[in-house]
Amino acid sequence: MSTDLKEPIGAEVPRDRAKRLLAGRGRFVDDISLPRMVHMAFLRSPYPHARIRGIDTSAAADMPGVVRVVTAADLADVVSTWRPLHNRFPTMAAPEQGVLATDTARFQGEAVAAVLAATRAQAEDACEAIVIDWQALAQVGDVATALTPGAPRIHEEMSSNLAFEAEVVAGDAEAALANADHVVERTFRFHRHTGVSLETRGILAEYDPTERRLTVYQSHQTPHQQQDLYARLLGLPEHKVRVICPDVGGAFGVKHHLYPDELAACAAAVLLGRPVKFIADRVESFMTDVHCRDHEVHARMGFAADGQIVGLAIEDRFNAGAYGQHPRSSVAEGNQITRLTGAPYRLENYAAKLKMAFLNRGILGHIRAVGHPIAAAVSEALIELGAKELGRDALDLRRQNYLRDSDFPLTSAGGVAFERLSFTQCLDKALSLADVGAFRQEQAALRAKGIHRGIGFNTFVELTAIGPEYYGEGGQHISAQETCLLRMEASGQVRIHIGTTDQGQGIDTGIQQVVAGVLGIPLDDIEVISGDSALSPMGGGSWGSRGAALGGEVAMRAARTLRLNLLSMAGFLLQKSADDLDLVDGIVVDRQHGTAHMSTADLAKIGHFRPYTLPSDLPSDLTVTARYASRDRMFIAGNGIQVAIVEVDTGTGLVRPLRHLVVHDCGRVLNPLLVREQIRGGVVQGLGSALYEEFRYAENGALLNASFADYLVPMAAEMPDIEVAHVTTPTETSELGAKGAGEAGLAGAVGAILNAVNDAISPTGAFLTEVPLTPPRILEAINRVAQIE
Amino acid sequence: MLDDNNTRIALTVNGETVTANVPARLNLADFFRHDLGLTGTHVGCEHGVCGACTVLVDGKLARSCLMLAVQSDGARVETIEGADASGRITKLQQAFHRRNALQCGFCTPAMLLTVGELLRVNPKPSRDEVRDWISGNLCRCTGYQAIVDAVMEVSA
Ligand code: FES
Ligand code: FES
Repeated sequence: MSTDLKEPIGAEVPRDRAKRLLAGRGRFVDDISLPRMVHMAFLRSPYPHARIRGIDTSAAADMPGVVRVVTAADLADVVSTWRPLHNRFPTMAAPEQGVLATDTARFQGEAVAAVLAATRAQAEDACEAIVIDWQALAQVGDVATALTPGAPRIHEEMSSNLAFEAEVVAGDAEAALANADHVVERTFRFHRHTGVSLETRGILAEYDPTERRLTVYQSHQTPHQQQDLYARLLGLPEHKVRVICPDVGGAFGVKHHLYPDELAACAAAVLLGRPVKFIADRVESFMTDVHCRDHEVHARMGFAADGQIVGLAIEDRFNAGAYGQHPRSSVAEGNQITRLTGAPYRLENYAAKLKMAFLNRGILGHIRAVGHPIAAAVSEALIELGAKELGRDALDLRRQNYLRDSDFPLTSAGGVAFERLSFTQCLDKALSLADVGAFRQEQAALRAKGIHRGIGFNTFVELTAIGPEYYGEGGQHISAQETCLLRMEASGQVRIHIGTTDQGQGIDTGIQQVVAGVLGIPLDDIEVISGDSALSPMGGGSWGSRGAALGGEVAMRAARTLRLNLLSMAGFLLQKSADDLDLVDGIVVDRQHGTAHMSTADLAKIGHFRPYTLPSDLPSDLTVTARYASRDRMFIAGNGIQVAIVEVDTGTGLVRPLRHLVVHDCGRVLNPLLVREQIRGGVVQGLGSALYEEFRYAENGALLNASFADYLVPMAAEMPDIEVAHVTTPTETSELGAKGAGEAGLAGAVGAILNAVNDAISPTGAFLTEVPLTPPRILEAINRVAQIE
Repeated sequence: MLDDNNTRIALTVNGETVTANVPARLNLADFFRHDLGLTGTHVGCEHGVCGACTVLVDGKLARSCLMLAVQSDGARVETIEGADASGRITKLQQAFHRRNALQCGFCTPAMLLTVGELLRVNPKPSRDEVRDWISGNLCRCTGYQAIVDAVMEVSA
């Protein structure tokens, strides 16, 4: 550890921002109102696929409070359309999309027209008075149908509904599988769900035509990305577009995309020259927030007689929904699955194919743990099946095949650079905390009483802190680099301006700790200013677990520069060598004896008000910047294992999680309290994915459960306590050594629950491969086996 | 607003008397947030499931998205702003802070009012009782455990 990385780095510090939230003083987008503000509401397609033959807005325009009714034609001169291209995937289809549908609606919930009115209620009333001449078209809701020749086409500009296909190959998986002593094979299905932030999406856009200045308050993760998109799509000078993300009520990836309705609100603000507010309601959120998962993965894993994995082949079929998601495109989830399946294991022969289709469904985007839960669940279910086939203990089989210390660094069969991962160490730690032998005894005793409990293990790799190449080469204006600006005021107190953003995960606090540790000043003397594209230096925001690894590192670098400047000033003033001085608790002290000399505040005052007392060539800037991007690797990989214990009621099919353990390795932990709670929150979302969350559609493609009454999310009563432990393998790609930690909870929970449920019902002979593991699916699987027998 | 269709109401909000002319369809959450500027009450679903809009009406927990403002005529209502100012939830707020029992904080005002009420009726709840009591309040960020821990700490 570098000597200047001291406390409070690594300490359990609670968050400053939490205080205002606890007092009801948070400021979320809908809490902000501006003079002359109007409210925007959208008329959305009730059909998953329909032709728009005509729109009559005349009655709506006459409704009380209505300021303007707009259709695509009204906004065409104000805002451009877009195509979600990604140059790393040049063959990917990227059909055009606009803020409002023109002649065709391609998913239920697609916005077709909008009303701007004095109140939200009046805007909604007027939406009901818009008359649309619809012609329903045949809708396509599943990939198999979509890819059948002659299927109705979602986009007429395309010759089929195939959006993209790709292949990842290492060695010869087919030959290896043909020669394997044992092959296990299954098709897995992971149904569609979404991220469900408690605060819905929302935006307030204000435009001043005299200066061509657009100021946007938005519940979002990536203010700079939005600034760039709004400037380009609205044809405005970028330096006059400012995106402010105030308190954000949960994001989880839902809020780092461009949404047509949000852009439409900006366009309407430009059109009217008045502030426009749009706050999605819950039904709109379910329909139009990006969705995730919806994959079918066919997988085969081959073993030699001694248990060694000899080959793995997977085929992932998924869909982008009706359009590609902008600006990141919709490929990543499939891409991660093809890169991560089998990743914890020594694997020479690997083949992964993916096919992505367009469907008449909501757009799929990047939601927390993109692809990870699927890749891990598939691999770890196959290991369990392999162990059964080989008559081996599944933990031993994992141990035999895990990548070992001597294997690192390596590029995985899926093509990802792994610096050093700690699979065996994590398993050892998990086994020290969960007594499997005792569980097996208890399990057997309870089985005799008709109680079915199971234990599930799930090893996972977590890809964090993406490097700049993915979007840099892709052609997107998405920063994977971070810049930090530190500003010491005359009081010696410090403002940190940084491009990462905080939606509650607490990265502001982690960064504050890094700066406090390096500068040797109290935490209370430091504030982080983030989430404002004008105040924060250009950066990426928060997504893909990049805050600690990139934001932490750049803050450390900036703080070191400021520290050097302070010490060089002190050295000059005290006539000592800067190397003999240190900064502790806001005081310049003698490094060896700890004698106090002067305060940081004294130095700051001299620096700001009496600079003439310092030589002009002395490094003494009190406002400093640093920038950082990781180099030569696409991700900083972390890893871990989760263990779940569940009870399955074989009469009702209900699953009760009883115990959940996470052993995680994210390198240096900046704040164990915040990391632990991030992981717990992620696990609970993973339990939601594993057990409850799924969009259901009627035969005609209508979404059946766009409300909290019908779409189930985990509530407190069903959730277990979650134990979190760490193994620490710092990354050497940075000096701080932190890796991301935001994906881990969700990445590992799904497979752990899947394996636990399958363990619980193993006496029935059933083996489930369809997630979420709802009671009907569990009962059906058990009954199916019973009937065969 | 169309004045002729409005109804005059008078109620006590956080100890202050409030009178207003409100449209019949205005719900209590929107009345607090947009008419009174009490934005600590949050709206997560507007259909009575997520619990984010929970306030106290005549001393009972109520979902302000499911109540019309006109129904609050004559009532005594407390929102997070009032509870915070009164000092009666300070210990809970401190324990939530220490244990990071909130991340985005969107569920938090309602969660605090809800567990405050639990401790009033059951000062020594078990963990399961806490979990049951808050099972009508969705928190998407924390996974609930830290919330339970914070309540247990205060009740100890
Ligand atoms: S907003 Fe009232 S319960 Fe969700
Ligand atoms: S802290 Fe975000 S919903 Fe509870």
